[in-house]
Amino acid sequence: MNLVSWGMYPIVKNHQTTLRDEEELKEYMQNTSEFIPFGNGRSYGDSALNDEILYTKKYNNFISFDEDKGLLTCRAGVLLSEILDSFVPRGWFLKVTPGTKLITIGGAIASDIHGKNHHIEGCFSECIKEFKIMQADGEIKTVKKATNLFYATCGGMGLTGVILEATISLKKINSQFINQTTIKTKNLQETFDAFEEHKDLPYSVAWIDCLAKDENIGKCLLMVGDFADDGDLDYKSKSKLNIPFNLPSFALNNLSVKAFNWLYYAKAPDGVSTQKVGIDTFFYPLDSIKNWNRIYGKNGFTQYQFILPKETSYEGLYEILTKISDSGKGSFLAVLKLYGKSNKNYLSFPIEGYSLALDFKIEDGLFELLDELDKVVVKHNGRIYLTKDVRVSKETFEAGYPMIEKFREFRKKNNMSEKFNSLQSKRLNI
Amino acid sequence: MSFVLIIGAKSDMAKETARVYAKNGYNLYLGARNAKELENFKTDIEVRTSVHVELLEFDITAYDTHQKIYDGLKEKPLGVIVVSGYMVEQKLAQKDWDESLQTINVNYTGAVSILNIVANDFEKERRGFIVGVSSVAGDRGRKANYIYGSAKAAFSAYLGGLRNRLYESGVSVLTVKPGFVDTKMTQGLDLPEKLTAQPEDVALDIFNAQQKGRNILYTKSIWLLVMLIIKHIPEFIFKKLSI
Repeated sequence: MNLVSWGMYPIVKNHQTTLRDEEELKEYMQNTSEFIPFGNGRSYGDSALNDEILYTKKYNNFISFDEDKGLLTCRAGVLLSEILDSFVPRGWFLKVTPGTKLITIGGAIASDIHGKNHHIEGCFSECIKEFKIMQADGEIKTVKKATNLFYATCGGMGLTGVILEATISLKKINSQFINQTTIKTKNLQETFDAFEEHKDLPYSVAWIDCLAKDENIGKCLLMVGDFADDGDLDYKSKSKLNIPFNLPSFALNNLSVKAFNWLYYAKAPDGVSTQKVGIDTFFYPLDSIKNWNRIYGKNGFTQYQFILPKETSYEGLYEILTKISDSGKGSFLAVLKLYGKSNKNYLSFPIEGYSLALDFKIEDGLFELLDELDKVVVKHNGRIYLTKDVRVSKETFEAGYPMIEKFREFRKKNNMSEKFNSLQSKRLNI
Repeated sequence: MSFVLIIGAKSDMAKETARVYAKNGYNLYLGARNAKELENFKTDIEVRTSVHVELLEFDITAYDTHQKIYDGLKEKPLGVIVVSGYMVEQKLAQKDWDESLQTINVNYTGAVSILNIVANDFEKERRGFIVGVSSVAGDRGRKANYIYGSAKAAFSAYLGGLRNRLYESGVSVLTVKPGFVDTKMTQGLDLPEKLTAQPEDVALDIFNAQQKGRNILYTKSIWLLVMLIIKHIPEFIFKKLSI
């Protein structure tokens, strides 16, 4: 069967096995030389692809909920959207959520995902109390915080075993709405200043106009906010628009991106404005368009996401935004985000600083451009996000992740290196 | 809130259907053989929602137990959904009479047994809905699958008659005809992606069609077109085909 991740590149012909119960999995583990778990296919590149994948989404029972402590235990195939459907009406929300709710709990752990509140709450691993994982020998371990297996698995890209269940703590809310403030800036310095000014608010994210030139480079819409307190919890997830087929790849050219950016930027009032918006609008704007990845056409796309330490962020971002602007390669989405302190997990992406994420459709000359950008990232001591990546070089990857040797040794010692592999882990020798 | 009785509750399609009804506030009776294997699933629904779930030991081929089980329900259901299905490879069913008989009994005889009882009750009460999960395989006999297909064809005909009979009593009857569905039953088959539904999508289709009082549901909807074509191929050509 042909399988792709969210970027629709590459297309891999592979064999899939569905995870249904522990006994079956034990047998599968013994009889399968190499595989990678695959959740809902929302990582962008080749991190969940291989010739043999274990499809985990159907392993999705809820197990228990402790109302007093807000602790939810569920199987790894549960989607974040399922948690929201059940728990927002009861006044609970995820402590950490990425920009899509259509990922599995197992995927959230493997990518140690982060959200608009990283500068306050950190990564997903912060809200995990414990999880269960099946290792290469078929043994199931319960993993608690501050253990090597915890540090390796959170952010470990599914390369340490098959995550079966997790207990996570939810956060109490008293509204399905967010009071949002939108700040329109004119350049990168103003953008940075705005982030710093609002860093006490839990949620923040900026949408950058990548095609702006010269003195306008880095102009953005910064959206910050926090949950309202109006007692309205009558949440129903929004119905979806669908993109039923791949758009022709010329649909997304420089001009249409410019028009889109202009509309997006222009519709916001100058300076500072406030809005009250729903959870889906604030956290998951693109989830309301089913299959939005098809707008990039059948060749697919990739998301380039890097992070730079605070002290080099301004300089590095300016350099990279200039290069992108000069290249004329359109990026539909460019998201800038402030991050808090890094954690102890071996391969978690966030470090204290700023990250930028940009979508590019796959076309001639793109990877050369991205290699150029990599050089700037490495020069400024930054790193690339594995969950989005499909093409980074081993050298760039290793330069960004100083704990990689520790991770490799840990994998070797626990017989993980042979059994659990993705195309990405083989490409980068993770 | 009212109860819905789901027969054959262990299948992927039945479980997803149960989740959709629970999400919309319906309490559930889940009937299956070795029903206690559904304990984890019962917990799943109770954590997701606040509805009440009861497990029922129910063997669709133990016909003489059906009346007693139905009479024993402390609150009569508002709706009954029969999802039970049994499919083995055609070649096996051809050779082995026991397999043929089991295919007929699970897909047809047993369903008739329980739905006769339900229909009499609903007709008297002048309320309720019945959903029967048949199959596109029942729309035309093909050499690849005609023992299963003929049992489903009989079930579809039965549901059509029931709909006709219960119309005056205000009881709705929905015939569901899924095409390929990605479930445990079809695991290992190489199904064409565009024609294959996920069980959660089928479940949602069933719920929406039932709530609207529709009569026949093809899911995915493309199967309506596919079967329209297949049904209209003249027999003298059809008999030579391998589809």
